[in-house]
Amino acid sequence: MTTEERHGVLRLEDLRLVQGRGRFIDDIRWPGMLQAVLVRSPHAHAEILDIDTRAAKAHPGVYLVWTAVDLGPVCQPVPCVFPHPSVHQARTHTPLARDVVRYVGEPVALVVAENRYVAEDAAELVEVRYRPLPAVVDLEAALRPEAPRVHADLPDNLAADGEKAYGDVAAAFRAADLIVRERLVVERGAASPIETRGVVAFPEADGTITVYDTTQTPVPTRQGLAQILGLPEEMLRVVVPDIGGAFGPKSTLFYPEEILIPLAAKALERPVKWIEDRREHFLATNQERGQIHDVALACLGDGTILGLTDDFLHDGGAYAVAGAILPIITATTLMGPYRIPAYRARYRVVYTNKTPVSPVRGAGRPQAVFVMERMLARLARELGLSPVAVRKKNLIPPEAMPYAMDITYQDEAPLVYDTGDYPKTLQLALDTIGYEQFLAKKAEAVGEGRMIGVGVACYVEGSGLGPYEGATVRITERGKVQVEAALSAQGQGQATMLAQITSEALGIRPQDVEVRLGDTAVSRYGLGTFASRTAVTAGSACHRAALAVKEELLRLAADALEVPVEELALSDGFVYARRDERRRISFAECAARKNPAWGPPPAAFRPGLEATEYFVPARSTFAHGVHAAIVEILPERLETRILRYVVVHDAGRILHREIVEGQIRGGVVQGIGWSLYERLRFDEEGQPLTTTFMDYLLPTAGEVPEIVIRHLESPTPLNPLGVKGVGEAGVIPVLACLAEALEDALGGQVFLREMPVDLDRLYAWMIETKCRRGSAGEGEGH
Amino acid sequence: MSVDDLQAAYTRAITVTVNGQRLTQEVPVRLLLSDFLRQTLGLTGTHVGCEHGVCGACTVLLDGEPVRSCLLLTPEVDGHSLTTIEGIGGPSGGLHPLQESFRRHFALQCGFCTPGILLSLYALLAEEPKPDEATVREVLSGHLCRCTGYASILRAVAAVTDGEGKEP
Repeated sequence: MTTEERHGVLRLEDLRLVQGRGRFIDDIRWPGMLQAVLVRSPHAHAEILDIDTRAAKAHPGVYLVWTAVDLGPVCQPVPCVFPHPSVHQARTHTPLARDVVRYVGEPVALVVAENRYVAEDAAELVEVRYRPLPAVVDLEAALRPEAPRVHADLPDNLAADGEKAYGDVAAAFRAADLIVRERLVVERGAASPIETRGVVAFPEADGTITVYDTTQTPVPTRQGLAQILGLPEEMLRVVVPDIGGAFGPKSTLFYPEEILIPLAAKALERPVKWIEDRREHFLATNQERGQIHDVALACLGDGTILGLTDDFLHDGGAYAVAGAILPIITATTLMGPYRIPAYRARYRVVYTNKTPVSPVRGAGRPQAVFVMERMLARLARELGLSPVAVRKKNLIPPEAMPYAMDITYQDEAPLVYDTGDYPKTLQLALDTIGYEQFLAKKAEAVGEGRMIGVGVACYVEGSGLGPYEGATVRITERGKVQVEAALSAQGQGQATMLAQITSEALGIRPQDVEVRLGDTAVSRYGLGTFASRTAVTAGSACHRAALAVKEELLRLAADALEVPVEELALSDGFVYARRDERRRISFAECAARKNPAWGPPPAAFRPGLEATEYFVPARSTFAHGVHAAIVEILPERLETRILRYVVVHDAGRILHREIVEGQIRGGVVQGIGWSLYERLRFDEEGQPLTTTFMDYLLPTAGEVPEIVIRHLESPTPLNPLGVKGVGEAGVIPVLACLAEALEDALGGQVFLREMPVDLDRLYAWMIETKCRRGSAGEGEGH
Repeated sequence: MSVDDLQAAYTRAITVTVNGQRLTQEVPVRLLLSDFLRQTLGLTGTHVGCEHGVCGACTVLLDGEPVRSCLLLTPEVDGHSLTTIEGIGGPSGGLHPLQESFRRHFALQCGFCTPGILLSLYALLAEEPKPDEATVREVLSGHLCRCTGYASILRAVAAVTDGEGKEP
């Protein structure tokens, strides 16, 4: 297959999606299906005094009203999904709140009724009496001794306290010519896919329950739910429908609804559906990003970094289902593509009375890159060097690869950057955005009164997380090629990716491959889609399975045609002899030989022309890239424009160019949102203030700049495809890149210490200080 | 009082043409148009993303004009005509040039926002067959997409308006 063909394969998913023939969770309808609505806490922290459900139960069309008391032994705290020794005080949620609510939106009661309208009517009739308690909202306040406790049985508000370190930090700081210290803050954002969450449960006559769930991880969900519900695994099936975007928080987190809906369906012996509405999504679907970093960077006078320390707080929200995985990712991403001889990052996960926190696209890495890149900018300022020069000084050179650091990554495997040419990538980004040319023309633009600036950010992304993933490739007796895998898709085109990999091995068209994903009745083992891992893991497994099937095809054909294997070729569903194309056998015939209805079969016979392979990554593979942006600020028009945005990325071998570019563009735009427009606000009592799309502003086509993408390919030896993950790449450096560009546009009068940038505050400050620009010195950070 | 009794007190018979087909239906007066389309008629191609009129996923055409079906109560469309994503394809189940172009230019990923966007663009092109990019971007800015970053959508539309798309 030519390069053009490989990069141009139309997605298998699109024909039905453009026609509106997707099958999303709310599209699932069934006669007799009931609908559920959750009653949620209006308080960030309160004691539940009592709940009166009588009026709700009496409402016509209501089938069930449950509170925690009605759940029996199921009402236990769910497991922590990412246990770790540093998580010393894990507290997780129960399916319905027992006695105390700890965030606005926490489920308190379940109502199941004839339809959603009746269920919502009845939900309003549930009377809950609360005694409000003081709420913990601010991270630093949460750690003061007098702070109210989110979990009363704990001595403080710490969920986890841990460290990632290597080298001799004390010596590094003693030897330093300069130590730069900063406090850097990243605020919460929401993944906010356009489709919200949902669960539909069907009880079957034999006692099994089929659960349709908008989950990224069907197998772990099935395993966990079976345990929580007290069912043997075989009695529970999880099936993933089409999902309208996920970006992290649709992973296995044992959301209350995932437990309650199957339970209700079983109790009522009727199918039950729950669909989250957008306000609920803003309250009760996990969020991420809140961190406060106290950083110190030690270096020599010429800008060479000697060591870095970071002591940071991570906002975990009310419950610690995600353990410490996010700060661990932050702490192991901070070093970036730079040589940091000595390093120590201490993290503390703090409980707050806010929506629980778990990975959202980027998963702790955007914060890490923001911190590192801001410190380099600070360093450059102190030493009077250019930000680019400081980066070039410290980049790990290609001859140092593979580059090992003496710590473990989030997968508990050694942290080793496998392949990549960081200086080359940086230079290509600078050339593509026209960095030098921009700086040359900048003085002129500033002279005209324009506030225009350029920024750069470098990142390294660990991807291809284990522990494993699998795929089955099969050729049926009709000659159809089938692929099955446990992972689920939320728009990334996994089916197309797997079809392409399979078709390349078997010499057929991707359109002729049938792919089935995300059904635990079909694929019993696997993890799912998260952490930029499916191309690496499922892709590699599929590749191996396809090659195994190919090997068997050739063997069967060699037997049937009486031609040696070396003289055979595959094309269009046939195996044929190269020297005489008329001598050939179809895939269907080969498969039929592996499924005889009568004997005798050969010795050592195994039916079926299929193979199941699993890929176990030895460790993560590290993609990397550089983003560059030119921005202009127009304070009188209350506008910030990104004039040009450049991405140079290297995710190893590119399997499908348009899918890769789509992931990057979507990620960059999400990153722009999280940098400039999207801000989750809570008041001092923990009340969420941004619960609609009118308060929480997702970027529209009007805010999106031209994004130029350049590809580099440093294949990895860690998997047979040479591929690295790319799903999160677009997001990761955007905060850092735009911070530097905005700062440059502000003429270096401000050091941006916080993301997202509060643009309104910035414009107000700019308008106020513009008349004093001549005398302005080092401005306050925003 | 049963649910049926309750509902009987608050229903209305409406007549509406949907994708060229005229139908009469008794509906609860408070039934959202999005729910009428999806639940009552089973036309699940129209999606619901926010129910407060911002994301645009629920966009359908009311007498040819784009509207947010999540913000309309079903009785409001009595006597009118509606077009949904199921109704814009070519004859005998083919694709509208916009749909084909979306495929060719990878203008969708999860596909959830796609039907709403297609309806808005369909209405735009019916009025203005060759809009400039600024106009397309303006129309598109009434829709939220979290996956694509919009560039591929703009390319897909440009391909149709520049005459590269095939006729149905």
